[in-house]
Amino acid sequence: MTLELSLNQQPAHARQGSSIGQPLTRRDGFLKVTGAARYAADNHPPGMLYAVLAVSSIARGRVAALDIEAAKAHQGVVEVMTPKNRPALAADPDAKDHPFMFRLDLLQNDQVRYPNQSIAVVIAETLEAATEGAALLSPRYEVLPARVGLDGAESFVPRGVGVGGPAVQHKGDVEAGLKSAKTRIEATYETPAQYHNAMEPHAIVVAWDGDTLSIDTPSQGLAMAQGRIAGLFGIAPENVHIRSPFLGGGFGSKGMISGPQVLGILAARLVGRPVKLVLRREQMYGPVGHRAPTRQTLRMGMDGEGRLTALDHHAKTASSTFDDFFEPAADASHTLYASPAIATSHDAVRLDTGTPLFMRAPGEATGSIALESAIDEAAHACGMDPLEFRLRNYAEVEPMTGKPFSSKALRECYRQAAETFGWASRPLQPRLMRDADGFLTGWGMGTATFPALMFQAEARAVLRADGSGLMETGAQDMGQGAWTAFAQIAADGLGLDIDQVDFRAGSSDLPNAGIAGGSGHTATAGMAIHNAGAAVIARLADLATGNEASPLFGAGNEGVLARGGRLYRRDDESRGESYAEILTRAGLSEIEGHGKGAPDPASQETYAKHAHGAVFAEVKVDPDFGQIRVTRLVGAFAAGRIINPRLVRSQYYGGMIWGVSFALNEEAITDRRSGRIQNANLAEYHVPVNADVPSVEALLVHEDDPHVNALGIKGVGEIGITGTAGAVANAVWHATGVRPRRFPIRIEDLLG
Amino acid sequence: MRDFDYIRPATIPDAIAAAAEPGSAYLAGGTNLLDLMKGGITSPERIVDISRLPELNRIERLDDGGLRIGALVRNADLAYDPAFAKSYPAVAEALLSGASAQLRNAATVGGNLLQRTRCSYFYDTASACNRREPGAGCDALEGENRLHAVLGWSDACIATHPSDFCVPLVALDAVVEIEGKKGRRHVTLEEFHRLPGETPQRENALEPGDLIVAVRLPAEAASFSANARYLKVRERTSYAFAVVSAAAALVVDGGKIRAARLALGGVAAKPWRARTAEAVLLGANANEVTFASAAEAALADASPSGDNAFKIELARRIVVRALMSAQAGTPERLPALPASPFSNIPGARHDA
Ligand SMILES: Cc1cc2nc3c(=O)[nH]c(=O)nc-3n(C[C@H](O)[C@H](O)[C@H](O)COP(=O)(O)OP(=O)(O)OC[C@H]3O[C@@H](n4cnc5c(N)ncnc54)[C@H](O)[C@@H]3O)c2cc1C
Ligand code: SF4
Repeated sequence: MTLELSLNQQPAHARQGSSIGQPLTRRDGFLKVTGAARYAADNHPPGMLYAVLAVSSIARGRVAALDIEAAKAHQGVVEVMTPKNRPALAADPDAKDHPFMFRLDLLQNDQVRYPNQSIAVVIAETLEAATEGAALLSPRYEVLPARVGLDGAESFVPRGVGVGGPAVQHKGDVEAGLKSAKTRIEATYETPAQYHNAMEPHAIVVAWDGDTLSIDTPSQGLAMAQGRIAGLFGIAPENVHIRSPFLGGGFGSKGMISGPQVLGILAARLVGRPVKLVLRREQMYGPVGHRAPTRQTLRMGMDGEGRLTALDHHAKTASSTFDDFFEPAADASHTLYASPAIATSHDAVRLDTGTPLFMRAPGEATGSIALESAIDEAAHACGMDPLEFRLRNYAEVEPMTGKPFSSKALRECYRQAAETFGWASRPLQPRLMRDADGFLTGWGMGTATFPALMFQAEARAVLRADGSGLMETGAQDMGQGAWTAFAQIAADGLGLDIDQVDFRAGSSDLPNAGIAGGSGHTATAGMAIHNAGAAVIARLADLATGNEASPLFGAGNEGVLARGGRLYRRDDESRGESYAEILTRAGLSEIEGHGKGAPDPASQETYAKHAHGAVFAEVKVDPDFGQIRVTRLVGAFAAGRIINPRLVRSQYYGGMIWGVSFALNEEAITDRRSGRIQNANLAEYHVPVNADVPSVEALLVHEDDPHVNALGIKGVGEIGITGTAGAVANAVWHATGVRPRRFPIRIEDLLG
Repeated sequence: MRDFDYIRPATIPDAIAAAAEPGSAYLAGGTNLLDLMKGGITSPERIVDISRLPELNRIERLDDGGLRIGALVRNADLAYDPAFAKSYPAVAEALLSGASAQLRNAATVGGNLLQRTRCSYFYDTASACNRREPGAGCDALEGENRLHAVLGWSDACIATHPSDFCVPLVALDAVVEIEGKKGRRHVTLEEFHRLPGETPQRENALEPGDLIVAVRLPAEAASFSANARYLKVRERTSYAFAVVSAAAALVVDGGKIRAARLALGGVAAKPWRARTAEAVLLGANANEVTFASAAEAALADASPSGDNAFKIELARRIVVRALMSAQAGTPERLPALPASPFSNIPGARHDA
């Protein structure tokens, strides 16, 4: 069964023959604002039971006792799943066949390795009964001391960071570069643990039918989730059907299937009935990933003209005690600033937390706030304007590798954003600007960058005898606008008006669209769609050009154009015919074509591929209280071809607001004794509210990139957070003269 | 959530009779109580839903010039009542600086007074907390306590009372009208909340079954309307509890302070009336020097209970600014960012 969605609302604009580049409003917007969009937890199959997790309140030790009798005696409780009766799995949840297979806590034993780890699941007729059943378990523990904080355990150099890059890298001689420098700076910055906090909690509704599984759950990577589940249960992937039409945000935490989601499947297996399991907000602080804390030290040397002679970036971070993910923060120094000597290194500790995972520009965001702060310090040490300093150290080739950039319109980003912001009148020294009300005013900037990644994706295109088209790919819409942007690419790929195209996505029985992550979904699945469209059009052209009855006879495949539901001769556009005519004549009800999206290995070797941007921030700081407000943000970004400027601008706004959040708000406050997070709720885990971002502007800088992919698409999802966080920090320094060295910046840091 | 009885009494006496049974709790807006129940911090056996008792929903002018605010009047309704906001602008400003629009639409006058502390160890049932479980100990003492109390705390408890609304109310001599088994009584708001001492679990003057029926403001409270402000420093521009806040109200005549009211929020287990500071202000010249001495007096007994020494200096500065703003005069219109230090800068377009 595929998901049928009514996404054919009229776009409110005039088009000129192409859907790509048009600022269409979200095609799923109407469903969302009317509440008709069905999220995972909105499903309710007949006979469904509710499953609630019981989670650990200790960070380390073992569960010594659970009062299962009490839970079972509670009215409505059907079953309690513990390590003793949990159905068998075909694979060990602690096995790690490849680096992207993260270890899961699936009640494999009584050990506790972090707070909020699942220790039992209570299944009941109602949510209330299951919740009370979980409370009645009243666990007793054998407690071991928790290892908390970056100094909480012995450090080591991890084998790989991020997706497996080397922990230590260098080019040139950093020490010599520092020695020869005229000016040097060294500074250490700390960033806290952060949690994804998507609005929609991880939720799963599961129904088993023999050995086939029907699942509603939010997923940023349907095929990967399908494969992981199939492996754990020893069933064929095609027996696992996952629907994920909408995600209420993911930010990386829904990239992999998480332990609690699999526990929902196990619970349904155990009771032989459909089950719904939804995480409570506080239960999202542990088993679904987070961003690890970092402590980063940067050393820079500059010659008499303000040119970098050396750049050294060291990051200390943390992973869990039982799995590996290391925030690659120092790698942010590989791509932005030219320097004859660059060294990046990481070390880490193992703490009693859930395993950190990809979160909102993993490595790039954390590294960026430290790097952009240090660059600001370096500019100041050289007596230079921060923009001038950045231009002086502009990288014409990728500094770490020496590769040319596939495209890089960063100079234009700097120029447009600086002009719009009014940067030119900025005084060099800090604490010189006051507004009419006496608030300290500061201006800061940061450079944004994010790699233009591509993964693997497939799509299937169909043209029908009635002249309409169908495009299918299992793409995932996390709110970024996949339903709309991919439909636009599909329309152009099929040479049809967008309203003539059925676009299907969000289901695992469709072709594998890869992962909605790494800001690479539009490029990857977009290319699959584009190629599938080209393939089916080629078949259609074959039918026409090979048939004497067609006005296109003899034109050859290369000699025809597809547009508006018709094929034309390239050399004589007065000669053409409609898709419907071609298919009807051939006696075919429909034809199909397939396409793939993947990075091109040759251009991968040759070029460094990144999106770029420049962000300027104005902050006001109360001189007596240290309370900060970001009164203005202007960003300009160059990210290749823009499929839909309205959606892209929204992505930039969102990214920039996350940047403000990084600099000023987000922090998981961890009790240093218990390891428990003290603000595991959205009242006290702060992110910006509307009043914190009164003015945000995103400029789209034109950029043609012939190398990234045929459509010229880079990613826009995560870049906004980079650059912005540093820009805000630098603006705070410029306002107050106090250099923020730990984030989020606190009132007491500025009280003076 | 534990099973509980749900009772919706039709009259105040019925409500009091129902709630006098042990293990009962009144339900008003539910914005605090339901969170506490879901988190297992409190587990009442019987919920007495007072939210539909009509006689608690009125704002009445009294013959003596005072005002009587029914316990069920919603925070938003009170703040947006034009006559109320005109007479008690600092109270309206405090109300609108609290929580979010959605919460203010649900939260009631009585519930706001009785909201529990935001101390994270109080909410974390795996932690030791004397307030939640008398005698258990206090994990905040050596824990994450940068936002805890600097006045009136004890080794048994260092938590603060989070209400904004209560701060100008206590400054203006508000009185809590309580109905219980033994009839009606009046307790000043200043005496209503208790400091922790050895018994932090005893948070206020209520006895089992006691119902707050109204909050009264005496006639004199309106005499400050031209010079009354509330100022709240917080960690984001809106939708955050106070780090420290202050309500200041003055009557100034010929440069001399004829009457002064000052209270602090976020510093103690109760809204903190700064009477010694008021004594410094009374009769003095209304200027920054006087305000600075008042701030010194207000914080004279303050001491950090943890990593929160900064709050003492911050509180001094907030007192001075709140007094300066009060002296400058109540603004014609309520600011778009109520009680914010940024209430008058450009770009302050949104009230989240
Ligand atoms: C996310 C969040 C942010 C918040 N931010 C702020 C803030 O910035 N500033 C601020 O001041 N507040 C803030 N609050 C707290 C909010 O103001 C209170 O939750 C609210 O005022 C409580 O009112 P209620 O009617 O919902 O009370 P309820 O939750 O119904 O009741 C609270 C308590 O009072 C008792 N009770 C209620 N009415 C009576 C009565 N008439 N007589 C006797 N007992 C009664 C109940 O039994 C219960 O114990 C915030 C709350 C939340 C959830
Ligand atoms: S400060 Fe008070 S409320 Fe907080 S843990 Fe200690 S006793 Fe409990």
